[in-house]
Amino acid sequence: MSESASTIQFFTGFSVNDLPFLAQAAGGTLLISIISISIGSILGCLFGWALYASKYARYILGSILDIFRSVPLIIQLLLFFNFFPILGIPLEPFAAGCIVLTVYTSALVAQVARGGIEAVPESMRRASRSLGMSYFQDMRYVVWPIGARAMLPAWTGVALGVLKDSALVSVLGYLELLRASQILITRTQEPFIILAIVGAFYFALSYPIGKITARLEQRWQYD
Amino acid sequence: MIKLQGVDKSFGDLRVLKGIDLSVEKGEVLSVIGASGSGKSTMLYCINALENIQGGKILVDGVDVHCAGTNVNKLRREIGMVFQQWNSFPHLSVMDNVALAPQIVLGKSKDEAYSIAEKHLKHVGLGDKLHTYPTRMSGGQQQRLAIARALAMEPSYMLFDEVTSALDPELVGEVLDTLRLLREDGMTMIVVTHEINFARDVSDRIAFFHQGVIEELAPAKDLVNNPQRERTQQFLSKVL
Repeated sequence: MSESASTIQFFTGFSVNDLPFLAQAAGGTLLISIISISIGSILGCLFGWALYASKYARYILGSILDIFRSVPLIIQLLLFFNFFPILGIPLEPFAAGCIVLTVYTSALVAQVARGGIEAVPESMRRASRSLGMSYFQDMRYVVWPIGARAMLPAWTGVALGVLKDSALVSVLGYLELLRASQILITRTQEPFIILAIVGAFYFALSYPIGKITARLEQRWQYD
Repeated sequence: MIKLQGVDKSFGDLRVLKGIDLSVEKGEVLSVIGASGSGKSTMLYCINALENIQGGKILVDGVDVHCAGTNVNKLRREIGMVFQQWNSFPHLSVMDNVALAPQIVLGKSKDEAYSIAEKHLKHVGLGDKLHTYPTRMSGGQQQRLAIARALAMEPSYMLFDEVTSALDPELVGEVLDTLRLLREDGMTMIVVTHEINFARDVSDRIAFFHQGVIEELAPAKDLVNNPQRERTQQFLSKVL
């Protein structure tokens, strides 16, 4: 009697059939990242503008955003996710992850956006106002395009960071790349190959962001 | 007509304008000279409401600039301003720098704005730079661009705030020539400047500012050649 026949097979090796599962998980990572980066960036720009424009916003909003910037994301996720059931409102891991990541992104982007606005010299704004532009016309046609160019490299850093930080949403049970990799590792006991593949997936998601913004940066050069 | 009546302006405790009375008629060119910090630039900022005032009144064509009900955006269309720093919009081509405000402020069509822009750019000698970006131009060219940009709003008045101070010496001439051109066009101008000879040759009158008051106001040649006040004499002897 051979040994293999007498033991129950707990583990099965990694196979090509697992790739669609990983691809689906990559979709999960992509979805949660796109939602939180885009909404978080829009919110962040509004917050950044508020930080720039108002002294009160700088104290109140600035302190709140500091909390989200400073507390580790994993703690924010666990606190938020477990807080709602206490109130009797169940929250999906996906929804909780989106909300926390969005707020986290907005806190990071707010400071980047404030810096972008500050990169536009006061005298430039006086010049546009002296041409009869309203506050919002100046913001829309002068400050925004110049500020956006100034903040683009820092914003790219934030976006790439958030994409990778989205892995932490796995602790809530949302199926994304890291969680999928843990499931597969448990089954196959082949961490090396699986983590390498998952890393490649992350790279495939991040690379276009870096590439697109680099091209944008080049196109936006002032000449 | 631009009319200042007893204008007071302070930055905190510092009084920079102390009861300024002044009027500039249509078609007149007034130069303003004086040491740095004498309040001459601040006066320009007050005229188009980029700074508020603490006392007195400023009337532009009879409109009270600092009255709460005044639409300053509308008022500023009548008052072009050029600054020490040229502040060209770096993300826009030379043409778009000039055409932007006519489009978004005056509601002109793109074609219309472009033809206005082209006209004024040619007028200041930048006809061959329409599609360049400002960062590729010299300071003097960018300052002429700033002048064209202000002119494209077809203002009744032009304010110049030390427009040659930040330029390399060899570029000062081309900008002053552009100002002479405007004088020939009959533009009403207030020119804050350190170029005394230019002020003497081009302006109708010169005001000499000293510590927030107009120390002396006289026809241009009289003030430079034959200053009456001791402080004016001292100032001129230092800068001429």
